[in-house]
Amino acid sequence: MSKPRVAIFDFACCEGCQLQIVNLEEEIVDLISLVEPVEWREAMTESSDEYDIAMVEGSITRPQDEERVKEIRERAKILVAIGSCATTGGINKLKNNFDLDDVKRWVYGEAADMPHLNTAVTKSVGGVVKVGNNIAGCPINREEFKYVVRCLALGKEPVIPDYPVCVECKKRENACRFEYGEICLGPITRAGCNAPCPSAGFWCYGCRGYVDDPNVNAAKDIMEKYGKTIEDLKQKMVLFGGKQEQTI
Amino acid sequence: MSQAIDINVHHMTRVEGHGNIVIKADSGAIQKIEWQVPEAPRFFEAMVRGRSWMDLQTITSRICGICSISHSLTSVKATEDAMGIQTSEQTHKLRLLTHFAEQLQSHSLHVGYLVAPDLLGVKSVVPLVASHPDVVKTIIRIHRVANEWSDLLGGRTTHPVTIVPGGHLTPFNENDLRELKKTIEETTVPDHKALAGVILSVADKLPDFDRPTEYISLSCPEYYSFYDGDIVSTDTDEKVPVQEFERVANEYVSPQSTAKFARWHRDSYAVGALARFNNNAEQLLPLAAATANKLGLEKGCCNPYMNNVAQVIECVQVCEHALKLLDELLSAGLKPEKPDVTVKAGTGVGCVEAPRGILFHKYTIDEKGNCVEANCCIPTNQNHANIQKDFEALVPKYMDRGQDELRLLLEMNVRSYDPCISCSAHYLDVKFV
Repeated sequence: MSKPRVAIFDFACCEGCQLQIVNLEEEIVDLISLVEPVEWREAMTESSDEYDIAMVEGSITRPQDEERVKEIRERAKILVAIGSCATTGGINKLKNNFDLDDVKRWVYGEAADMPHLNTAVTKSVGGVVKVGNNIAGCPINREEFKYVVRCLALGKEPVIPDYPVCVECKKRENACRFEYGEICLGPITRAGCNAPCPSAGFWCYGCRGYVDDPNVNAAKDIMEKYGKTIEDLKQKMVLFGGKQEQTI
Repeated sequence: MSQAIDINVHHMTRVEGHGNIVIKADSGAIQKIEWQVPEAPRFFEAMVRGRSWMDLQTITSRICGICSISHSLTSVKATEDAMGIQTSEQTHKLRLLTHFAEQLQSHSLHVGYLVAPDLLGVKSVVPLVASHPDVVKTIIRIHRVANEWSDLLGGRTTHPVTIVPGGHLTPFNENDLRELKKTIEETTVPDHKALAGVILSVADKLPDFDRPTEYISLSCPEYYSFYDGDIVSTDTDEKVPVQEFERVANEYVSPQSTAKFARWHRDSYAVGALARFNNNAEQLLPLAAATANKLGLEKGCCNPYMNNVAQVIECVQVCEHALKLLDELLSAGLKPEKPDVTVKAGTGVGCVEAPRGILFHKYTIDEKGNCVEANCCIPTNQNHANIQKDFEALVPKYMDRGQDELRLLLEMNVRSYDPCISCSAHYLDVKFV
């Protein structure tokens, strides 16, 4: 069996997810025994238009980027969205809370009308093309990345947790962030990260997006128990955009 | 001189973010020399409006994956300055220690994975695994230590969560710090000696190209600064408080394009490892100073390609300084801290040296603790004009060498600045051709 050809592409993002791939260090060599990297601009000079698996990092924020991601989609057999910007729109979706013209003028002033500063409503990759697999997180979890690549190379469908971060947080025996008077998105956020933030003493800000069917009533009960409002919760949920097109 | 040069590098490789190089010349007459940035703008300054002081670090860390610790530190410093928040000596030391992890991570990634292929004549680090396995293993070891170090101090490798206004969270204990110290002493310091040897053996591949420019960085009296002090320059004795950074980073429109560039005393200036070295080299600790000596880097160097050498020296410096900090933290004993913050309206500036140069955030926060205005001034943005000016000097000097060699020299020039184009793109405006 020939190794699947993999190409990595980036759109509007911080490229921190590609950095996690670099951070695999010598384990990259193990992955290269399963797949053949043919394009990866951040690390390689070579490029190719022929690939089986396209990995796409970043949000889609401009009309020309919609066209580019559609071309990538057409060439690839499987498209994998990597990182929050690609899977949900991520932090870039904060922009959608404002009038786009106002956003451009605020940052670029008189130059705002120049064509290259054009911007559109921020979309996830799945908001533009069909996505085969999502590797969520800001940044992605390296273990999950390796697992998904292995599955795809072997023709298996990866199983991604559909339970909340609280499950992993409890396993790590952390005290609940609500006990500290904080608002934590652990109860509705998709696990798979092993709860690094609450384990470090910080609330979960929901970078992995939400579980498929969040237990909204339980979340409401928690908010009530700790004297918080749904509005407080929304203020935290807005940071990573969730699944909505316009965040609030 | 009669050959036509037509270089059009679209989406340059082995840099963070997207950049283009466009050079056109015929029979020795240069028609176009342009360094362009087509990165999608991301509008962070607009996006943070209305967000709570508690979320500003979480948001602005996402400006850059590679320098997320620097953005986080700059962000909390700006918030603390705006709201008048004091921090402890322990927090200061833990922040320096966390910041050093990022310098090591970023510099070793850049020199090892992105620049070394140019010096060893290949297109990426992949073929080096077979041809130079010991070099690759050394780089991987240094890079891995740097990542484990930032994992420990930052709570996660990228986009740290321990850096908060008013303090530094401590999801680690004294034993963890002892282990870190042991690793740095026993493996990282010897690995750096090996890496410096490799760089020395290929140093003749770095172009011999000098172009005097202004070098700007932080400086403080106590040590080689990445975090504290005032803004200094090789062109003046003046020390500018960071609150007045807008006096230094002056934007202007270049006559040959509508790109906004930054200048202070000249048409352009440079920030980054070489700028820090040129301003503060006498403060290097003994091993770092010895490395500089071995690599032949001296204060006053104006060869932009030597920024990569300065990065290797700084890798040694941050390890050496970290060992001192770890001793001090361990002898004082690590105490859990609960940041104590009272919301207050105000405007404040934060500044640190990101691996690729001096970085500023400025926030105005209202009485409810929400951000009403933000300005982020990014190192790569400050370097763009200097890259353009380097190109304008490089092209006439090396045009005779032919298109392929010229193209490589220009790409290496851009890489030497270790640009972080995603960072700069929310701010920059460059004309498309």
